[in-house]
Amino acid sequence: MHRQFLGKFNELVRISDLSSFTYGDSLRDSIVKDIYRAAEEVTKKVVTQKSQRKITFDKKIDDLLTSKIFGYPIMILLLGLVFWITITGANYPSQMLANLFFWLEGKLTYLFMVLGSPQWLHGILILGIYRTLAWVISVMLPPMAIFFPIFTLLEDLGYLPRVAFNLDRLFKKAGAHGKQSLTMSMGFGCNAAGIIACRIIESPREKLIAILTNNFVPCNGRFPTLIALATIFVGGLVASQYRSLAATLFVTLLVVFGIIVTLIVSWVLSKTILKGIPSSFTLELPPYRKPKIGRVIYTSLIDRTIFVLGRAIAVAVPAGLIIWILANITLGDKSILSHSAAFLDPFARMIGLDGFILMAFIIGLPANEIVVPIIIMSYMSKGAMLELESLLEMQRLFIDNGWTFLTALNVMLFSLFHFPCGTALWTIGKETGSLKWTMLSALIPTVIGIAVCFIVTQGARLLGLVF
Amino acid sequence: MGLTCESCSRGVLKKKFNLRCGEKFVIALAGNPNVGKSTVFNELTGLKQHTGNWPGKTVVNARGNYRYEDMEFVLMDLPGTYSLLASSVEEQVARDFICFGQPDVTIVVVDGTCLERNLNLVLQVMELTHNVVVCVNLIDEAERKGIFIDIKALEEELGVPVVGTIAREGVGLEELKRRVLNVALNIENLNPKKISYSKPVEDAIKGIEPEIDRILKGKLNSRWVALRLIDGDNTIVNSIYEHIYDKKTLEIEGEEVLVNA
Repeated sequence: MHRQFLGKFNELVRISDLSSFTYGDSLRDSIVKDIYRAAEEVTKKVVTQKSQRKITFDKKIDDLLTSKIFGYPIMILLLGLVFWITITGANYPSQMLANLFFWLEGKLTYLFMVLGSPQWLHGILILGIYRTLAWVISVMLPPMAIFFPIFTLLEDLGYLPRVAFNLDRLFKKAGAHGKQSLTMSMGFGCNAAGIIACRIIESPREKLIAILTNNFVPCNGRFPTLIALATIFVGGLVASQYRSLAATLFVTLLVVFGIIVTLIVSWVLSKTILKGIPSSFTLELPPYRKPKIGRVIYTSLIDRTIFVLGRAIAVAVPAGLIIWILANITLGDKSILSHSAAFLDPFARMIGLDGFILMAFIIGLPANEIVVPIIIMSYMSKGAMLELESLLEMQRLFIDNGWTFLTALNVMLFSLFHFPCGTALWTIGKETGSLKWTMLSALIPTVIGIAVCFIVTQGARLLGLVF
Repeated sequence: MGLTCESCSRGVLKKKFNLRCGEKFVIALAGNPNVGKSTVFNELTGLKQHTGNWPGKTVVNARGNYRYEDMEFVLMDLPGTYSLLASSVEEQVARDFICFGQPDVTIVVVDGTCLERNLNLVLQVMELTHNVVVCVNLIDEAERKGIFIDIKALEEELGVPVVGTIAREGVGLEELKRRVLNVALNIENLNPKKISYSKPVEDAIKGIEPEIDRILKGKLNSRWVALRLIDGDNTIVNSIYEHIYDKKTLEIEGEEVLVNA
């Protein structure tokens, strides 16, 4: 039976070979032409075109947004505008949420006392888990709830392909694929999503470059860290009415720096371990579409914000627990946490951080959003029990623990350049199917981060710059 | 349920392709990139596959279900393609699914603002299968650009059901579901427009079509296979081997719709 089938299949192969031999490519053009002609005929019969006004209007906008002179400034301006709206808009609700959470904390503590629960239980549940949760929600939720919808709005409008169009030339020069600018943009939302989006790049070489460099743009887990630190330490340098503006400028600068590093690393990769010529592609500029506001808000709030926040909470709860335990079990005269931090401290100091910060980055591997909460918890567990009611309190806590402008700068830089979070690494492993590339994707940004922080720190110290 | 794959004409074939269809109709969703396929998909299934205004947004084949008139439909969101000539991975994936997955109905979503280019794909899909419903999406955008499409005339020209939609606002989707059901039940009057090719091509088709028909025994549209062969497209021979002789199971499960992607 099977043989009979195969016999027939061989006949098909014979016909195929014969046709290839007889016609080669000679009829292909004619076939395609006939399809086009048929489509044209049908179209002529059913379509009436009244005016061209809208099209020329779209084209005018495109000429501006993708122009050689205005393209980049508009892009950076829009990026800055998004950050500015996020930073100014997030201030007030953050404060409100924080007040609410710490009012509730008081009530919960009271409840624990009334019930006569042991000290350690209150410690674990309230000071460990609840505080971390409260911090994650009050600091992360407002910026995400503002940033995601605006970003989705830009995507829905059709601005992203214009960004890709603008950046295409740069990525080509870096030996990478122009579509990488799209996957990079997706990385602003979530690096894991950006890495999955790399599937749109067909060439395996360029796909790998895109995957390996996706982590250089800060995702939403890292934006709140950047925004909070920039507001405190950069905004703190100027008069209070310019605070948000200064913070915005700085965050924008950081992101642009991240993009530059993306290009440099892509270039180095394409000249060394991933050699090759960039393949060309046609990117069609889609029409501008009026976004569906309701849908945008729904998808960006429910699907993205709640998803990212949910993940942060899921990770923060066990992390809060572990930190509290580490901070409260003592070996000799110090807690385990202090021992580990002391071990990391000499190295951390060289790159302008301290042992607690470096450890927070390591413990924060599952999700970037919990790095700052871990730092806060580590500091608080050392004795000074502060209620973090506002960014001002946070600033005081950091300064009390020896932070300077340089420390904050290095934390922001290291946040931008370090190993991808657990989810992103897992996604890279799945997409590349190779342990080697996954390891490399963690190694490259970490090495860069250490190098950048080292140069900044040592440079500042050498020049005697005191911040 | 009485009206299932068993009762439709290709029910037996489906078993041969090991397609897990159960008692559901399988619907393929094809179209050029960025015409709103994912939006149609979301509106029909109630899922929230992320949509975005850029071509190639859909990188995974999403699968979803919907019910209409007490019947179950499995909807496959195929990658966006400009043709079925298998010159890229996406095109081959889309072609193989329509070809060997034997969906009960193939919906081709087209962009009302540039109908002509989109019709190329429609005509190619119609060469492959007769069970086509054309969904002219973005008619509001087209009208704003001063482009008016006579849906009725288009339906007559193409010989398959044509529905005008504004998927983002849910306009026309009831009608789309109704026509899809009709085609699945074989109660639409289908008379798909055939592309007539130049004489050398038609002669070449005539030369090999009967033989191909004898070999494939109606498993595939022999005229279409003949066209691919004289076109010099060898990928179809491999696909036929894989799906018909090797009986490779066609994956219609697709990947889970990623909430955050």
